[in-house]
Amino acid sequence: MEAYLNLFVKSIFIENMIFAYFLGMCSYLAVSKTVKTAVGLGFAVVFVLAITVPINFLLDTYLLQPGALSWLGSQYVDLDLSFLSFIMFIAVIASMVQLVEMIVEKFAPALYGALGIFLPLIAVNCAILGGSLFMQQKDFSGVAESAVYGLGSGIGWLLAILAIAAIREKITYSNVPAPLRGLGITFIITGLMALGFMSFMGIKL
Amino acid sequence: MEENKSTPEKKATLLFVNKEREPLFSKKNRKLLSDPMDDNNPITVQVLGICSALAITVQLKPAVVMSISVMAVMAASNVIISLLRNLIPNRIRIIVQLVVVASMVILVDQILRAYAYDVSKELSIFIGLIITNCIVMGRLEAFALGNGVWKSFLDGIGNAAGYGVILILVAFFRELFGSGKLFGFQVIPDAVYEMGYVNNGLMLLSPMALITVGILIWVQRSRNRTLIEKN
Repeated sequence: MEAYLNLFVKSIFIENMIFAYFLGMCSYLAVSKTVKTAVGLGFAVVFVLAITVPINFLLDTYLLQPGALSWLGSQYVDLDLSFLSFIMFIAVIASMVQLVEMIVEKFAPALYGALGIFLPLIAVNCAILGGSLFMQQKDFSGVAESAVYGLGSGIGWLLAILAIAAIREKITYSNVPAPLRGLGITFIITGLMALGFMSFMGIKL
Repeated sequence: MEENKSTPEKKATLLFVNKEREPLFSKKNRKLLSDPMDDNNPITVQVLGICSALAITVQLKPAVVMSISVMAVMAASNVIISLLRNLIPNRIRIIVQLVVVASMVILVDQILRAYAYDVSKELSIFIGLIITNCIVMGRLEAFALGNGVWKSFLDGIGNAAGYGVILILVAFFRELFGSGKLFGFQVIPDAVYEMGYVNNGLMLLSPMALITVGILIWVQRSRNRTLIEKN
């Protein structure tokens, strides 16, 4: 249990998707103008990450890794399909995003309207594919661990976009140098926030 | 027939019908290459493909390899999608694009593993992340789906070059000030260190990539005031 908790905290703060790896920056910059849409997109990302990472973990262990096909019979032991992992992962992600889109449209039409084009764009959100690829590198021991990792990194992403959206809402009232307005100042603020998040690195879990 | 089509107004309307009549490097086509370098840069103006741009800019070498990989993937997938553009049903186009891009990325990944193993280790997951690099998808959606093969090819090369320019600039400053090296060779002479110069370790930390890009945007927008956002 403690190991799961450690992994959870680690994936939220120490290995934050935005501040440590800069994954999912495109939608992070594009959707963070108001808190409301940011929260919507954040929860969609949490949901998609928490589902796709364990699914991709199962695919990786039972289909793609070298020797993963041994459950089919002894003649498949030598097979190594790991070069297919990119295509497999992105297919799972694209279909999951389609599913999320349908669910959101059915149960939260207002949110669906607000998210608009950004919902299908989750499919090309680097954070989602990045989560699966990091999972592949980390060699988790079981599905539960990968699910915790997916959930944690999703929440980390939500936290980051929530924080920057709140700051950007306030910063409209301040007098930023004209060439820095909009994109430039957002980059610099994110950099400063990332510096803050670096202080979590000292924590050994 | 030939003379009739050479008047400028007619040429514009016939652009999409008779592409072969346009010279390979006409003014328009050169613009496709040069625009993304500056005024329509994918990173600083279109805000695409930032994810990978920042994480791998500690040193020049991975940044250069990454730019070349992105260029190969973009040019190839732009050409393929542009060839298929009349065959792809609109509804499933995202999936088709993803599959094409993913196959290209697999190719690049395998080639890198075979010929430049240490760099491919360094880039780790970021080669895979070219699939979801918004530049590739964005240009496929915005350009290759509606334009001919040669134009799409140029657009791919141009945008990848614009991306590469930023990547290499950021990596240049970070490696120079962070470790006093370029491409792994020391460029700041020992004498300077003896006078008390110290490498700025902060530049090696990931947040400085963001701040460097922020400053680049600042410089670009103060040069070209039309790019300034309202707020």
